Amino acid sequence: MTTLSPSALAPTRAPADRGALRLRVTDLHEAAPGIRSVTFVAADGGPLPGHPAGSHLVLTCGDRRNAYSLTGPGVAPESYTISVLLLPAGQGGSQFVHRLEVGDVVDADRPRSAFAPVSTARHHLLVAGGIGITPMLSHAREAVRWGRGFTLLYGHRAGAAAHLHELRQLCGDRLEEHPDREVFLARISQALATARLGTHLYVCGPAPLLDAVLQRAEQLGWPPERVHTERFSAADLDPGEPFVASLVRSGGQVVVPSGVSLLAALEGEGVRVPNMCRQGVCGECRVPVLAGLPLHRDLFLSEAERAAGDSVMCCVSRSTGPTLELDL
Amino acid sequence: MDESYESDSAECLALLATDPSRCQELPHMRPACWDAMTFVMSELQEARPDAFNLERLDVDTWRWRNQLLGIEQEFVYGDDRTLPTDPLRFIAPQVQDDLVLLDQREGSLWADAGVVTAAADWSMRFDVGMSFLEIHGPVPRVHPAGVVDRAQEFLMRLQPGEAYRRTNWTMTVGRRLDTATETYPEWGPDRRLVLGQDIGTRLHLRVEVQHLVRLPSSGAVLFLIRTYLLPLQDIARVPAWRDRLAAVLAELPQDMADYKGIARYRHAAVDWLRSAA
Repeated sequence: MTTLSPSALAPTRAPADRGALRLRVTDLHEAAPGIRSVTFVAADGGPLPGHPAGSHLVLTCGDRRNAYSLTGPGVAPESYTISVLLLPAGQGGSQFVHRLEVGDVVDADRPRSAFAPVSTARHHLLVAGGIGITPMLSHAREAVRWGRGFTLLYGHRAGAAAHLHELRQLCGDRLEEHPDREVFLARISQALATARLGTHLYVCGPAPLLDAVLQRAEQLGWPPERVHTERFSAADLDPGEPFVASLVRSGGQVVVPSGVSLLAALEGEGVRVPNMCRQGVCGECRVPVLAGLPLHRDLFLSEAERAAGDSVMCCVSRSTGPTLELDL
Repeated sequence: MDESYESDSAECLALLATDPSRCQELPHMRPACWDAMTFVMSELQEARPDAFNLERLDVDTWRWRNQLLGIEQEFVYGDDRTLPTDPLRFIAPQVQDDLVLLDQREGSLWADAGVVTAAADWSMRFDVGMSFLEIHGPVPRVHPAGVVDRAQEFLMRLQPGEAYRRTNWTMTVGRRLDTATETYPEWGPDRRLVLGQDIGTRLHLRVEVQHLVRLPSSGAVLFLIRTYLLPLQDIARVPAWRDRLAAVLAELPQDMADYKGIARYRHAAVDWLRSAA
């Protein structure tokens, strides 16, 4: 019998965020109006790390780091492909991607997995809204490779659907296209109500769609562990109420205004916190909480960890009260 | 890889032939087994490019060459018909480590596949399908401290391609890699029969070098266990090793000694090591 103690564990390979990749753009094309697909290879011509379906790539976009779903196959991939919707009023990540040219070299971390298929699922119900199709493309690819049963419900505006041709070829009649929002929502409800026992649900899309699907799944008694979501997190979060972070060990007070993250406020005061995705996904920026009630907005902590209230992912989460005491 | 590579491989194959239950796999683990097989192949190639070669012939077609064992195999990734046996069963005798695959779902890890021919008093057949917490249920002391929970949390957050190493130890009578539950009647009684000057040659420190790797494309965690056996007489040649092992054996709490299965002879081992000084 073997036992494991994390204290005795020694890393033998660089953690994902430190094994940085340099990628060269080899192909660009418009996947749909306003959506650009970019294909990268390793700049040094070497092999690229594999990844599970539903993984994302954290790309350095100028002074920002954005996570984009990988749409290609994850087994010994020869290239990575992402599809990015241009958000003219966004924070610049999508504009950076839309300015890339063939031959450009960009920095990225190794792929990270936070939305993988569950191997024991009897059926995979994939629900995508708009650009939320990107992780579903790799899910469908993997399901086809291993002969897993799946249904893909794809809601999109007429004429604005990315990857439609590829999806039709890959999925055949397992793909349902829904240009009409009301029909789409009704079909999702029906699919949730009639899914065979043991089905796992995967949803990716804009926040209103996610909320609607999750609410319906809950009403129908879907167990939470069979429901998997991928949010476009950072863009969806509201600016939040201002609060003060009290740094118990160093004795400082950091004001966190509305619209500024706790992480950014700490950095502004010269407090260094390890961080990576800055979207509440990767888990790097976890900070211990000594008093006060965190307002958790991350996708990383488990329900039990949230309830314990003794740590907070400072890149996206905030405080429910005026003050949060941190062990910093 | 060391000088016992060929003989360990033969021992593993012989054991799998006598007792196929050392190889366990639940049906949903096939993608993880393919992933594990190709991961091990590329690791072997990286370690010894002169002896191992994994070549991509086509998008999904590969050729594997193991010159030490005279194996050459072309296969199509994911196509079971292109291998002489199941992927995990195919690669296990070509690596000196035992292989266990942990599937991650519903907030836990599950030991849903493995080929284990050097178990230290446990059974892959018994453990297959158990959760990480269930497998570690019998371990004393670690549960109140939350060690197993935290270890699981840590492992569940390993990202594709990340790997960690740790060691574990116990003791074995005789130079015997297979001390699985299945063969207990063969090796269990030896624990009562190790006495006197026999101790130096028959009693071995059993060290497991374990690696935990998040496999690249299936998302499963591969747990590799490489077992090394060294008789006390060899340990006694290095005074620092001799003194340290004697101190650890003398101080080990009784419940830990019982759990490791060394309670019967550990004080005799301490006496032997100290008299060898």
